[in-house]
Amino acid sequence: MITRKPKGNVRRAMLSDMIFIRAFEDRLAELAAQKDALPGMQILATGQEAVAVGVIGSLNPDDVIISNHRSHGHLLARGADPNTLMAEIMGRATGVNRGKSGTLHLIVPEVNALMTSTVVGAGPPMALGAAFAQQYKEEEAITVVFFGDGAAAEGSVHEAMNLAAIWKLPLLFVCENNCWAGAQSLAEHCAIGVIASRGSAYNMPGELVDGNNPDEVLETATRLAAHCRAGRGPALMEAFTYRLRGHGEHDHQHYVDPEELALWKGKDPLTTYGTKLTEEGLVTLQDIQSMEMEAARRVEEAVAFGQSSPFPKPEEALEHVWVNSPRDRQ
Amino acid sequence: MRELHTGQAIQEALAIAMDQDERVFLAGEGVGTSIHDNPLMPTYGLLDRFGKKRVKDTPVSEAAIAGLAVGASNMGLLPVVEIMFFPFITLASDMLVNHAAKLHYLSGGKSTFPLTVRVKAGLGFQAGCQHSHNLEAWMAHVPGLKIVFPSNPADAKGLLLTSIFDPDPVIVVEEMGLYWASGPTPEGDVRVPLGSANVLKPGGDVTVVAYGTPVYAALQAAGALEEEGISLEVIDLRSLVPLDKETVLESVRRTGRLITVHDANRFCGFGAELAAMVAEEAFHSLKAPVRRVAGLEAPVPMAPVQESFYKPSAEKVMEAVRSIL
Ligand SMILES: Cc1ncc(C[n+]2csc(CCOP(=O)(O)OP(=O)(O)O)c2C)c(N)n1
Ligand SMILES: [Mg+2]
Repeated sequence: MITRKPKGNVRRAMLSDMIFIRAFEDRLAELAAQKDALPGMQILATGQEAVAVGVIGSLNPDDVIISNHRSHGHLLARGADPNTLMAEIMGRATGVNRGKSGTLHLIVPEVNALMTSTVVGAGPPMALGAAFAQQYKEEEAITVVFFGDGAAAEGSVHEAMNLAAIWKLPLLFVCENNCWAGAQSLAEHCAIGVIASRGSAYNMPGELVDGNNPDEVLETATRLAAHCRAGRGPALMEAFTYRLRGHGEHDHQHYVDPEELALWKGKDPLTTYGTKLTEEGLVTLQDIQSMEMEAARRVEEAVAFGQSSPFPKPEEALEHVWVNSPRDRQ
Repeated sequence: MRELHTGQAIQEALAIAMDQDERVFLAGEGVGTSIHDNPLMPTYGLLDRFGKKRVKDTPVSEAAIAGLAVGASNMGLLPVVEIMFFPFITLASDMLVNHAAKLHYLSGGKSTFPLTVRVKAGLGFQAGCQHSHNLEAWMAHVPGLKIVFPSNPADAKGLLLTSIFDPDPVIVVEEMGLYWASGPTPEGDVRVPLGSANVLKPGGDVTVVAYGTPVYAALQAAGALEEEGISLEVIDLRSLVPLDKETVLESVRRTGRLITVHDANRFCGFGAELAAMVAEEAFHSLKAPVRRVAGLEAPVPMAPVQESFYKPSAEKVMEAVRSIL
C-alpha cells in the first residue's frame, strides 16, 4: 500500500504522544511492582501506542471514542488530563471518575471518550448506539470503537457490525490485533488470519494496517473515517500489532515464545518511528531527548498529583448509583 | 487431615472426576493455558495431565461456552465450563437461563443437561463492578438451575464433585479470595451433597445464615460475642438451590432470631428469600425482626477504602446482633 505521508508537524506530534503514553505506562508498571502503590490490576498497551495516536489523529474533537480495558493510550492520545487520569488509576477522589473506576473502565466525557467497558466485546454495541444518535441528530461526527482480536470472537461484536452496516451508521470499528487474548494466541482463538476480511461479511470496507506504523494507521483511519462521515456506512480497520508486556502486570508471559517476543521488541514502534523521523530529518536525537524529558516531567507531575490526592470517603461509594438516589434503597 | 488451598482442592476434584469418567471435559477462557502461572489456580496442570481433547481453551465467547455445555451435556457428556468473572455470566445467560434451565422441562422430562458452570467470583481485588458482582440471587431465581457456593476447600472439592455428576445444570460459585486460603481437605472422591447446610458453630441466641467468605465474618462475630455471653449459631448454607430449609428453620425455631449475611447487596438478595421463608414457616418462633447484613446498595466500588466499606464485616454482624437482642 502506498502511504501518503502526513505533514511533518503531525508526525512529530505523534512521536511525542507515543513517547508520553509509553512514559505514563512505564511508570504505572513501576508502581504496579511496588506493594500497595496502585489498586487492582494494571493492563498496559505497551507496544500498541502507534494505533492510539494514528487513530486518534484521524478524528475531530466532536467525534466519539469508545474504549476497552486497555485504554490509557487511547485516552492520553485524545488529550485526557494525565493528572486526573493518574489519580483515577490510583483510586483517588480527584480522579477523573472520582475513584469509582480505577484503570479498567476510565470514562472521560471531557474529550468525548464517552463509554469504556472492561467487558470484552461490549464496546461495539454501545458504539452502535452512539453512532445511531449521531446519524439521528444529523451530526457530522462519527464514532470510533477500539476492541481487541479477542473481542472479535464475541457475538456482540458481530451483531453490532451487521446492524451498523444495515443502517449505514457512521461507525469506525478499530480492531487492535495484538496477537493475544489473555494467554490464547491469535491462531488459537480466531478462525481466520485477517480479521479485517470480516468487513466483506458485513458489507463494509475492511482494511488491514501495520499497527506499529503510525503513518499508515493515521492515513487509513483518516480515509475510513471520511467514508463513515460521508454517510456511506461503517468501516473496519484492523491494526496488526503486538502486546509487548503480559496481559496485565501480574502476567509474566510464561506461554509466550521468547523469540517471537524478541522479534516484536525489535519492531517497537517508539524506536522504529523515532529512527524513521530522525533519518528523514524531521527530528534530531536531541528533539527526541527533549520529548522524553518533557514526558517524564508530565508523568511525575501526574504521579505527584495522584499521590497527594485524598482517597474518596467510604460513604461516597453510595453516590452516583442513580442520578437522584431513591431513598427507599439507601 | 491434610491441608489444601481451595484452588488445589478444586483442581483435585476436577482431576478425580476426569480420571473416573471419560465423559467429563473442561472448557473456558484459559482453563488450559492461563495468564496465571500459579499452581494454586483451579485448572493449573490439568492440560498437561489430560491433554487438549479434554481441556479446551476457548475464544472469549461466553455464549458459545455455555451453549457448548448445553449441547454436549444433552448428548451425554459431562461438561465443566468456566466463566472467568461472575458479571460475565450475563453473556452466557441466554444459554443458562432459557436453555440449560428449561429444556428438561420443555421436553417433558425427556432431555437432561448434566452440566456444571464454574464461576470465578468475589470482591476484594479492586477490579471494580464489572468484575465483582455476585449475581447468585439472579441465578437462584431461575427454576431449573442449582447454585452452589462453597466457603472452604473441603466443600469446594466435595460440592464440585457432586455437581459434576448431578443430573441437572449446576452453577458453582468460586470466590477467588479462597483459592489462596487453605484448610483440611479429605483425600479421594469424597462428595458433599447439595442441599445440606453446615452448622459451623452451634449456639442458642441468634441464628446467622451465610455462604461463601461472609461465613468468616459471622464466625468472627460469634467468637467476639461469645465473650459477652451472646451465643450465635452460624450456618453455612453451601448450596442455595437446593436449599436446606430444615437446618435453617430448626435453628430459628430454637433461637427465635435470624440474621442473614452475604456480599451481594441486600435489595432482592438471597437474604430476602431466607427472611421470607422464616416469616412464612417459623413466624411464631421469632422473638425479634430479621436482620440482613449485606453489601451496599451500589455496584462494588473499586477504591480500596470503599470496597472494604461495601463488604459485610464482623462488626456489621455484631451491630445487627445487638440491634435485635
Ligand atoms: C466478557 C468478558 N470475558 C472475559 C473477560 C476477561 N478478559 C479480559 S481481557 C481478555 C482478553 C481480551 O483480548 P483482546 O480482546 O484481544 O484484548 P487485549 O487484552 O489483547 O487488548 C479477557 C478474556 C472479560 N473482561 N470480559
Ligand atoms: Mg488482543
